[in-house]
Amino acid sequence: MVGAWEAVAAVVDPEIRVVTIEELGILRDVREADGRVTVTITPTYSGCPAMDVIRADIRTALRAAGRPDADVVTVLSPAWSTDNISESGRAKLAAAGIAPPHAARRGGPVPLRLGVRCPRCGSGDTEELSRFGSTACKALWRCRACAEPFDHVKAF
Amino acid sequence: MSADQVDYLLRLGDDALVAAQRLGEWYAGTPEMEQDVALANIALDQLGMARLLLTYAGELEGKGRDEDALAFLRDDREFRNCLLVELPNGDFAMTMAKLLFLSAYQRLLYDASIGVADERLAAMCAKARKESAYHLDNGAQWTIRLGDGTDESHRRMQAAVDELWPYTHELFASDELCQRLDEAGLAVNPATLRDGWLSTVEPVLAEATLERPADGWAPEGGRRGVHTEHLSYLLAEMQVLHRAHPGAKW
Repeated sequence: MVGAWEAVAAVVDPEIRVVTIEELGILRDVREADGRVTVTITPTYSGCPAMDVIRADIRTALRAAGRPDADVVTVLSPAWSTDNISESGRAKLAAAGIAPPHAARRGGPVPLRLGVRCPRCGSGDTEELSRFGSTACKALWRCRACAEPFDHVKAF
Repeated sequence: MSADQVDYLLRLGDDALVAAQRLGEWYAGTPEMEQDVALANIALDQLGMARLLLTYAGELEGKGRDEDALAFLRDDREFRNCLLVELPNGDFAMTMAKLLFLSAYQRLLYDASIGVADERLAAMCAKARKESAYHLDNGAQWTIRLGDGTDESHRRMQAAVDELWPYTHELFASDELCQRLDEAGLAVNPATLRDGWLSTVEPVLAEATLERPADGWAPEGGRRGVHTEHLSYLLAEMQVLHRAHPGAKW
């Protein structure tokens, strides 16, 4: 039987379905005691509308792994950062055409730097169209070389 | 003390909730599609913070009111938001001036609140401060773009700043509740934030070639539940569905 951690860690993000919640850094902890599993997760943004679906998906995954008794706890501290996205998560985002974030811990009130590489053609000749994109965690960019628009997970 | 905390959480939560509702009114109506997405995202951040704050307020109050009961079943006199957030959207310049003023304040407030003794509030603020930075960035960029733009955009941006400036004083108005919570280490006294706010906002206005309005008339009352007529209309729209179908679930 699959372990509780493995089952939960395989849950994919409902809005960016190429990465798991573990790779995104949303999954904080999985504990088992007396036949009951307690999963701790943290939201990316305060208003992230995917949280309810993520909770439901975690319960479904645990039920399939033979653990129907589960609590999903949400914590805010320490606040989620794009620095919590794993290396494999970054690679999967890039492979799906979503430019991964730069390091967020670099001073300045808004941690944005120029120089996002196009995830399709690799060109550095790109421009920001909007700091807000299709989900709370993304910005909208465009590549001047291949003319394709793309999403960029903004440093946060 | 916990009654004070509930009241304080409602102030912060109602600011965020009413701001979210107003921003939502812009959807599909801003000058460009990217800005529709931006304001919808900012509204979502505000709504997320409002939900956290109202849920916490309801739990502390201990009368069984959850976030929905607080958002949808209170009348205008029970809301504690500042007047600035309930004012009508006006034109786009007015909305951007409001976004600049509010987000500069929220950014400073949340930043300073990371150190309060109320750990749950501190954790919410540590999260929201990062979101506020993006809101402030959006408001500042548009203020500069419109202020330092055409004669018409400059005129409208200046009119918006002039119209809203008096309402910014309420953000920093302290009262006995603020002082009690400040002394207990549970909240930041908003009066201490105004210098930082001015040094955030004034350079933006200068870069936008806009005149910083003189301080004078300072309307207030929101923190006591005394609002402008505009809040009632906003609540009517926001609450109608919930009140028509009490307890309904998806």
